[in-house]
Amino acid sequence: MEDKEKNKNNNLLDEVTGSDYKYGFYTDIEADQAPKGLNEDTVRFISAKKNEPEFMLEFRLKAFRHWKTLKEPDWAHVDYPPIDYQDIIYFSAPRKKPQYESLDEVDPELLETFDKLGIPLEEQKMLAGVAVDAVMDSVSVATTFRESLAEKGIIFCSFSEAVHKHPDLVKKYLGSVVPYTDNFFAALNCAVFSDGSFVYIPKGVKCPLELSTYFRINAANTGQFERTLIVAEEGSYVSYMEGCTAPMRDENQLHAAIVEIIAHKDAEVKYSTVQNWWPGDKHGKGGVYNFVTKRGICEGDNSKISWTQVETGSAITWKYPSLVLKGNNTTGEFYSVAVTNNMQQADTGTKMIHLGKNTRSTIISKGISAGRSNNSYRGLVKTTRNAENARNFSQCDSLLLGDQCGAHTFPYLEVGNKSSVVEHEATTSKISEDQLFYCLQRGIDMESAIGLIVNGYAKEVLSKLPMEFAVEAQKLLSISLEGSVG
Amino acid sequence: MLSIKNLQVSINGKVILKDLNLEVKEGEVHAIMGPNGSGKSTLASVVAGREMFDVDKGEITYRDQNIFEMNPETRAREGIFLGFQYPVEIPGVSIANFMRTAINEKRKHLGLDSLSGAEFLKLMEEKKKLVDIQSKLTNRSVNEGFSGGEKKKNEIFQMALLEPRLAILDETDSGLDIDALKVVANGVNKLRRKDNATVVITHYQRLLEYIIPDFVHVLYDGRIVKSGGKELALELESKGYEWVKKEAGVQAQG
Repeated sequence: MEDKEKNKNNNLLDEVTGSDYKYGFYTDIEADQAPKGLNEDTVRFISAKKNEPEFMLEFRLKAFRHWKTLKEPDWAHVDYPPIDYQDIIYFSAPRKKPQYESLDEVDPELLETFDKLGIPLEEQKMLAGVAVDAVMDSVSVATTFRESLAEKGIIFCSFSEAVHKHPDLVKKYLGSVVPYTDNFFAALNCAVFSDGSFVYIPKGVKCPLELSTYFRINAANTGQFERTLIVAEEGSYVSYMEGCTAPMRDENQLHAAIVEIIAHKDAEVKYSTVQNWWPGDKHGKGGVYNFVTKRGICEGDNSKISWTQVETGSAITWKYPSLVLKGNNTTGEFYSVAVTNNMQQADTGTKMIHLGKNTRSTIISKGISAGRSNNSYRGLVKTTRNAENARNFSQCDSLLLGDQCGAHTFPYLEVGNKSSVVEHEATTSKISEDQLFYCLQRGIDMESAIGLIVNGYAKEVLSKLPMEFAVEAQKLLSISLEGSVG
Repeated sequence: MLSIKNLQVSINGKVILKDLNLEVKEGEVHAIMGPNGSGKSTLASVVAGREMFDVDKGEITYRDQNIFEMNPETRAREGIFLGFQYPVEIPGVSIANFMRTAINEKRKHLGLDSLSGAEFLKLMEEKKKLVDIQSKLTNRSVNEGFSGGEKKKNEIFQMALLEPRLAILDETDSGLDIDALKVVANGVNKLRRKDNATVVITHYQRLLEYIIPDFVHVLYDGRIVKSGGKELALELESKGYEWVKKEAGVQAQG
């Protein structure tokens, strides 16, 4: 490293370690915890702890009152014991003290996975909850990131920070894509959400960076009810990545996040995510339940939003990143790889709602099931009466490893006008003995062979990920399927 | 290099190879000929380590090691190469990526450092020239959408990259036009060295006009019923397999 660069980094380090983290990514409450259970007091407690303005409390309370009238949905192709919503702690301040003193105390299996993913040592410590001596490079990089973003008027901060610093924007867009009345888990999130991220790209600005690396670090501390809001003004562009390839263990079993994206006229938003929450042990015990509502709206003409997701974790995944194509000539894309192994269950897919004229959507879904897992694609393509010349192409492929897993496809098509063209293709295949033997005969062992074949199968989707994450995601796919054959 | 003694192999209780003996030494080219269903491909698969067969009797040693104690990938890394009769497609996996993985697994096994991307590309270009393969082919997914000829050329290209000690080419000539056949034969001849050996399995004599074998064996009904020099292939071509069947019948009765 150049000396100058080093100094700069050292200064940054001092600045960050020597003072309170001034960008305030974490709320400033010492180890406070809400009492178990959920009632209006809990909601008020959370809002008060976060020192929120009145409009936020009202939003939460309305959501909570609505939630009480709802029943947990049971239509998904997943099976889990009933959740006792009164037996959950809905708020605890982020851990400030590290869990462990050194890496030696951390589960060796977890460390092995980190190594396989090629995660640097310092980051491993951070992710596993080990005390770190200095703030690692990437955080200081993140700080410089923020400075260069601010110059362009881009806002990229925690949701809590946005509530305080940009209340007008939050007020305008919060719940505008996913209203609190949307569904059971969305209502729950609206009532009790802990924190999340806020992105605002001003008119005509192309965000010069992938808003990504930053999040791998912070993901370790996000709460169980996360909320992301991305607003792209006219003619702007942003590529946003969240999630974490490292396996995230969490004592919180229930996760119910919301992501909302708004793209105005001529704007483009690329949202990529890698989800690798703890899937539980081989028998499915202790894994995370992930009930997520993600939706974007192409509000203005010619706007475009794409979702790319790699789902390998969680015991239960219930997730349908969707798009409302409201403006004319808008484009929606959904690219997904979902891997299930052992006892995992995933019910995931998308909704493409075509409202505007000449709207286009593409859906590429690749499901990979192994062990005794169940993997379902569920997708809705809807073209309304006014959506003249709407076009959709859907391709849903399933790959089975072994004969005890399940792959299911539930496509729903609602075509509201004669000029729409909606295409749906689906395939189911298995990794054949011939393919495996071909690899073995070239000296490639079974695990690597499966990794190669699966990555080849998912290539169309992986290639949509930002470069740095594509490489990690490839490794992740291989690791997720270890021990699934033979 | 390869020594097969009294080998009996069956699948689902049906005996396919019976009391088979074969000795292959360094620097030699052997051709195994025989009618369909005589057990040629089974022999190739058993040497490569395919699990679907039961070895009832006999032994195979490869470079003085009991081959049955080695799993298929170890056999490959130790230098056994099988050119497949029907190479499978692996969608989405480029030949370059596939072969780089294979070569580095082999190098690891031999205690060598992995090849970097640049080193591998250089090696690939070299071998492409050697076996006269189009440069575009290696960017495509393994065998996906390949013509019959391209698949077989790809097998020879992989062989050139892996530099095996013992190459077994299973019906590599089947379905090839004369130009593709020449490319394949030419590749095999260029890769031929004093310290490696090739076993060519074929139904027709045609390939042996381009790859001149040191020994020709006729496999019939699971046994090698006749062995000889390259002239045996010609004799077989003119007299047909009926001749062998008759001779084998006589032998069996006698």
